Amino acid sequence: MKSSPQAFEGLRQRGLKVRQPSRTIATTDHSIPTTSRSLPILDPIAATQVEKLESNCREFGIPCFGFHSEDQGIVHVMGPELGLTQPGMTVVCGDSHTATHGAFGALAFGIGTSQVEHVLATQCLLQQPSQSFEVRVDGVLKPGVTAKDIILALISRIGIGGGTGCVLEYRGSAISALSMEERMTICNMSIEGGARAGLIAPDDTTYEYIHGRRYAPQGADWDAAVARWRALPTDEGATYDKSILIDADALEPMITYGTNPGMGISISQPVPTPDSGKDAIERDSIRKALDYMALEGGKPLLGHPVNVVFIGSCTNSRISDLRQAAAVLNGRKVSPSVRTMVVPGSQEVKRQAEAEGLHEIFRAAGAEWREAGCSMCIAMNGDQLTPGQYCVSTSNRNFEGRQGKGGRTFLASPLTAAATAIQGTVADVRSIL
Amino acid sequence: MNPFTLLTSRVVPLPIDNIDTDQIIPARFLKTISKEGLDRNLFCDWRYHEDGSEQPDFILNKPEAKGAQILLAGDNFGCGSSREHAPWALTQFGFRAILSSSFADIFRGNALKNSLLPVVIPEDVKQELFALRENDANLSITIDLETQTLSLPDGRKVEFPVDPFAKYCLLNGVDELGYLLKHEREIAAWEARQPWALNTLGA
Repeated sequence: MKSSPQAFEGLRQRGLKVRQPSRTIATTDHSIPTTSRSLPILDPIAATQVEKLESNCREFGIPCFGFHSEDQGIVHVMGPELGLTQPGMTVVCGDSHTATHGAFGALAFGIGTSQVEHVLATQCLLQQPSQSFEVRVDGVLKPGVTAKDIILALISRIGIGGGTGCVLEYRGSAISALSMEERMTICNMSIEGGARAGLIAPDDTTYEYIHGRRYAPQGADWDAAVARWRALPTDEGATYDKSILIDADALEPMITYGTNPGMGISISQPVPTPDSGKDAIERDSIRKALDYMALEGGKPLLGHPVNVVFIGSCTNSRISDLRQAAAVLNGRKVSPSVRTMVVPGSQEVKRQAEAEGLHEIFRAAGAEWREAGCSMCIAMNGDQLTPGQYCVSTSNRNFEGRQGKGGRTFLASPLTAAATAIQGTVADVRSIL
Repeated sequence: MNPFTLLTSRVVPLPIDNIDTDQIIPARFLKTISKEGLDRNLFCDWRYHEDGSEQPDFILNKPEAKGAQILLAGDNFGCGSSREHAPWALTQFGFRAILSSSFADIFRGNALKNSLLPVVIPEDVKQELFALRENDANLSITIDLETQTLSLPDGRKVEFPVDPFAKYCLLNGVDELGYLLKHEREIAAWEARQPWALNTLGA
């Protein structure tokens, strides 16, 4: 929604309609508050943007899961939840984390406002062919190590430009063993490695997830769809333009120390020193990042005090993420020095969590239980860090100021975030499992 | 879209790798429902002090940056968010071209749709340009889209790649949507072959 008003305005100026309203959906996620939905949106600019989306959708006939909809949520959480994301589709949205939907074997990527306008008007986009990049993850994850750690490890190895021009295909035994929600966490951050998209071949796990959801094919259509989808996976023996192998057995919980998602380390490693950079520019980048983060190279991150823990975002706000965080927080208290926010990815995730009593666990531990939205991942809605604060965040970007001007972000998994909330400092969840 | 042909301008250097779109235009400015007025918040958090006054050391606040139309930046420029507000803010400030050794895919696509030319140059040329600019604040170069060449001050020419279709659009000031709309028949024929396509309206 953050880039749509200008696209609708473009259609109006040219006198164009939305070509396929029935293949288009809208929701409100970036700018909306995560306080009670019975309150009005206090920020007048955000309120205008939300109203504009809803009125544009009415005018152009697009289904909108808006501010008061019980299906509202972060588009990359609520879309799959409603069965809207299916294998073989092309899925685009004015948001770079659209890569999430690749977990279903859909070609899914983020686009700018001009291209949103192109799709609304024509259902078409002009594209350059992409290169293929195999990310093979074999082995078995150790306790305390999650899908988030796989993707942070990958980006730390290929760098944030390593996937430029490529579509990543995640495969291997460790990927096949993942649930759909875990696969979404991985594909979500493909863009953080610079890739255009990330894909995982559909399999029985995929079909079981989609089956019976509101917009999934039904009856005979379902059988025909599954038959079509089974033809999608990459052929045996196919070759890729690039490949990388990751050993799942060797992975540890990951955390970022710097100001881009490629600046990641295993949680037990020390923060790199600028001298470890391969050239003058990289040494400068590390120095600049450590300055911004007020960290010293060579020292461990473990034990570093934090002010805020944010559990949410399109990367890690699904029910399985909240269950993991709740399992760590159950019967424990968050440190009095840490503000802990738990923000479900959708109204459906919120209902499910409340049905399971997870909200009671979060509240009893001293964490805030909020309404669905992007919240402190992008800090457009008032949920933000103050200058100098440190946050362990389950989101996807640690760029300067991303979570609020002057804020300092450590990206990690929900398990690491929950353990950190309890300890009040960056923690290794394996020590309390 | 404004046509892009020949551009001669002074160069603004930003020798930082991985400049992300959150730095180009922070997310808090994306709540706007218009495309206008973004130039004053270009590189906002690097450009201004906490109290809103200008940070005099930042390159965009220096006199030699005024009126410059070419930005010379580090590797992987424009990574991160898909916000088209990034090229809008850059063009409203006055930039018409960005030189770097590489660009993030979404940013590159967005830039081309706004008559902002992303020029990919070899790493050694980039380093040389940074060094030349270091010694001469008035360093000026010429970009010729027609011949896809960059002219350095000593007369050397450096070729750069551009997608032929994007080049056609830039040179003629036309946008892709007009081209797509001309293919209505093919689009309709393809859609008719997809009976299983999603139908959220349930009609």
